[in-house]
Amino acid sequence: MIRLALAFLLIAAVPARAQVPIQEVTSPGGISAWLVEEHSIPFVALELRFRGGTSLDLPGKRGATNLMTGLLEEGAADMDSRAFAEAKEELATSIDFDVYGDVLTVSAQFLSENMEESVDLVRASLEEPTFEEASVERVRGQVLSYIRSRVTDPDEIAGDAMAAAAYGDHPYGSFDSGTVESVTDLTRADIVTAWENAIARDRVYVSAVGDITPEELGTVIDTILSGIHEEGGEYPDEVDYAPTPGVSVTPFDTPQSVARFGQPGMEIDDPDFFAAYLVNTIMGGSNFENRLFDEVREKRGLTYGIGTWLSDSDYSEVLGGSFSSQNATMAEAIEVVQEEWRKMAEDGVTAEELAAAKKYLTGAYPLRFDGNANIANILTSMQMDDYPIDYPQTRNEKVMAVTLEEANRVAAELFQPENLRFVVVGQPEGLEPTVN
Amino acid sequence: MTRLLSACLALIAFTIPATAQDVTDYTLDNGMEVVVIEDHRAPVVVHMVWYRAGSADEEPGVSGIAHFLEHLLFKATDDLESGELSRVVAENGGSDNAFTSADYTAYFQRIAADRLELMMTMEADRMRDLQLSEADIKTERDVILEERAMRTDNSPGALLNEQMQAALYMNHPYGTPNIGWRHEMEELGLEDALAYYRKYYAPNNAILVVAGDVEPENVLELARKHYGPLEPTEGLEPRDRPKEPVPLAERRITYSDPRVGQPYVIRTYLAPERNPGAQEEAAALVYLSEILGGNPATSVFGQALQFESNVAVSTFAGYSPLSLDISSLRIGIVPSQGVSLEEAEAAMDGVLKDFFETGIDPEQFERIKTRIRANDIYAQDSMRGLANRYGAALTSGLTIEDVKAWPDVLQSVTPDDVMKVAEKVLQRSHAVTGWLTVPETSPEPEAEVSQ
Repeated sequence: MIRLALAFLLIAAVPARAQVPIQEVTSPGGISAWLVEEHSIPFVALELRFRGGTSLDLPGKRGATNLMTGLLEEGAADMDSRAFAEAKEELATSIDFDVYGDVLTVSAQFLSENMEESVDLVRASLEEPTFEEASVERVRGQVLSYIRSRVTDPDEIAGDAMAAAAYGDHPYGSFDSGTVESVTDLTRADIVTAWENAIARDRVYVSAVGDITPEELGTVIDTILSGIHEEGGEYPDEVDYAPTPGVSVTPFDTPQSVARFGQPGMEIDDPDFFAAYLVNTIMGGSNFENRLFDEVREKRGLTYGIGTWLSDSDYSEVLGGSFSSQNATMAEAIEVVQEEWRKMAEDGVTAEELAAAKKYLTGAYPLRFDGNANIANILTSMQMDDYPIDYPQTRNEKVMAVTLEEANRVAAELFQPENLRFVVVGQPEGLEPTVN
Repeated sequence: MTRLLSACLALIAFTIPATAQDVTDYTLDNGMEVVVIEDHRAPVVVHMVWYRAGSADEEPGVSGIAHFLEHLLFKATDDLESGELSRVVAENGGSDNAFTSADYTAYFQRIAADRLELMMTMEADRMRDLQLSEADIKTERDVILEERAMRTDNSPGALLNEQMQAALYMNHPYGTPNIGWRHEMEELGLEDALAYYRKYYAPNNAILVVAGDVEPENVLELARKHYGPLEPTEGLEPRDRPKEPVPLAERRITYSDPRVGQPYVIRTYLAPERNPGAQEEAAALVYLSEILGGNPATSVFGQALQFESNVAVSTFAGYSPLSLDISSLRIGIVPSQGVSLEEAEAAMDGVLKDFFETGIDPEQFERIKTRIRANDIYAQDSMRGLANRYGAALTSGLTIEDVKAWPDVLQSVTPDDVMKVAEKVLQRSHAVTGWLTVPETSPEPEAEVSQ
C-alpha cells in the first residue's frame, strides 16, 4: 500500500509519500470512521479512542477513570469476569483497554470470521459494564499494589516530581492512577460517574484496518456505539508548562540517578511545528543520530540512553527529555545537556544536520505504516489531531519545505536555556540543587 | 451469549485456515545460512544477521563480553567510520539496532526494500573487518556499565532474578548474567573483545534472515556477492557447553532491599526446551504455562488465588521454549496487602497440589489451543516477528523444518501430555524459590568491631 510512494521517491528523488488508501466511512447511524482495507490476512484491527482520559477525573477522585478502565474487561451484560475472558479466548479475540492523560483507548483484534461475536463483546464492555463489587475490590487491590510498588522506583519518582513542579493542581500535575488514599476512597458511584464522563459518543474516534468492508465497518460502529452515552464530562482547562527553572534533587538511595528535564514546547498546529520537529530531531529525537546521544553517550560514556521529545498534549505543550547516569557522573551529564541547549539556542543547526534530519524523517515516515494495528493507531491519532485524510501524502513535503533560516529562527525561539528545568532522583555527587 | 459461543467452538477450531509463509532457505559456500521470508504488502525489508554466539559462549572470567562486543560493532571498520553505519541507515529513513541473548547475537535494519544491498554491504563489512581502538573500549565500557546500572542495579526485581538464575544453573553458563557481573565488566579489554569477535563472527557461524518485499533469487544473488567472499573461521566446533547435573536439593533465596515497594514470590524450575525433531515436551509446557498462569480470569492460579480467594493481586507463569540448552519455567505470586510471602507461597503450592488431583479443564484446554492457532494468523502481520522466529530458532539449535512443524506440534498436544510434563518438571528439587522483600527494620550502625 505504500509501494507507489517509495517508487516515486527513488525515481524522482523527492520526498516519499505514504499513500495509504484511507477511506472515510460514515455509519448508517451517522458516526464517521477511517478505514484501510487489507484483505490479504483474515483479521481486523479496530481502534476506538475517547478524548478526555484520566484528565476527566473530578476533584478529589484521582484514579477514578483509571480504575474504571481496568474494570471494563471485568464483567459486562450477563457475563462475569471469567465468562467475558472465556468468550474472548474462544474467539481468539483480543480487546485491550488503556487510559492516558488525554484519551481512553480500546484496541480490538479479531479474525474476520468472528467479527460479529467479537464486536458484540466490545459493545457489551463499553455499554453494559457491571462494575460488580467483587471486581471493584480485586482491581482496586491491583491498582494499590502498583501504586505502592512505584513509590520506590526512581523513574516514577522523577516523573511525579516533574509533573508536580510543572503543573501543580491541574490533572497533569499528579500521577493519574491516583494515590493510596484517593483510590481507597473511591466508591462504585465514583466509578460509574467516571464511566459516564469518559465513554460517550461526543468524543469518539474510530478506525479499522484489515479484512473488513466499508459496509461491515458501518454496522460494527453502530453496534458498538449506539447504546453508549451521548455526551461525556467536561474537559479541563489549558495549563502552561511552567516549572521553576534550574535543578532540583530528590534524594533516593540507588546507584544510578535518573533525570527528567523540560521547558515549554510548541503546539502541533503551529506553522513552525515542522521546523521545531526537525530541530528537536537534531538535538535528541532520532535513533542513535543526534547531538545529545553523541555528546553524552558516544563521546563521554555518561549514559546508556538519552532522548528528547516535543509533546503536544491536549492542554499543554512541552519540550522534554530524560536520561540516567551513575551518581558520580550525573552532574557532568547535566552540564553537557545545558551546554548543548545553549549552543542550539545561540548557533542553531547546520545545513548538513538539517538535510540529514529531513532525510531521516521523510524516509522513516512511510515505514510507520507497518501492520494493521499500527496503521489503525496512526489513523485515530490523525483524526484526534484534526488532520486532513490526505495528510500522509502531504506530510513529507511539509518537512522538506523547512528552510535553514526557518529552522534556526525556530531553534533560537524554542530552545530556552534560561527556562530549562531538571529533576534528579538519586544520590548525585557534587550536584548542587538550585530549586527546592 | 457464552453458551452460544461455546457451541461454536468446534466450528471455529476447524475453520481457522492453516497458515504457511513463503520461506526459502539456502547455504552459501562459506557456510552462511540464508533465510528469505516473502511479504509483499509494503515495500519494506527487515535485514538481520544472527550469530550462533551469545553470553553463554563466553570464556570464564569475561562475563558481558558478548554484549559489550555487540555495542562495539557500531564502531569503525576498515571501510566505515565509527557510527557511520547507523548514520547511513538513518539517512535512508531506516532504523537499526542489535540484541544479545545467552544463545545468540543479532543485528538488524528495517528500511525501504530497495536499500537492501546497501545494508548488506555494511553488515558484511563489520563481520570480519572491525577496527577497534583502546579509546572505543574505554567510553563504551562506561556505556555498558550505565546500562547495567539502569537495567539491573537500579531494580531490586532484576537483582533477585540474577541471583536466582545463578542458583538455578549450577554448572551451565546460563547462570551468568547476560550483561555480565559488574566486577568483570569493569575489567573487559580490547583483547577479550577481539578474541570473541575473531572466533564467532564468521559466515559459517551466521544466519542471514531477510523478510519483506523481496524475491528470494535476488536476495541470494546479493548475499553471494556481499557475504560470499567472507572467510569462515576454521575449526569452529558445534557448541557443547557444560551440562547441568541432576538437581537433588531445592534452593531458596531471599533478597531484601529498601527499594522494594511490592514484595513477591517467584519460582523457577529447570524445564526442557525445543530440540530438533523433538519439540513435543516444549509444546506441552507452552500449554502448562498458559493453563497455570495465562489470563488471570481463566487460569488455574488466577481463578483460585485472585477470584475464588483474594490471596493475590496477581499471579503469573512463563516459559521460553526457545533455548539451545535446558530452559526454565517460572511461576509467581504477588500477595494481597496483609498476606505474607510465606502464606502466599503456601497458597500457590496448595493450588498446584489441587491441580495435580483435578487435572485440566477440557474447555480451557480447547480455548488455549484455538488461540495458539489463531496467533499464527496474527503473527503474519509482523515481518520483524516472523524474521525473529526463524533467527532465534536457528541459533537455538533448531532447523527450518522444526520451525515449520512447530504449529502442528502445538496443535497435537493433549491434556495428558501436559499432565505428564507437569509431573516431570514441577518438582521442588529442580527449582529455586525467590522472595523479594523489604528489610524488616534498618539496623542501627554498629561501632567498628576491630581495626
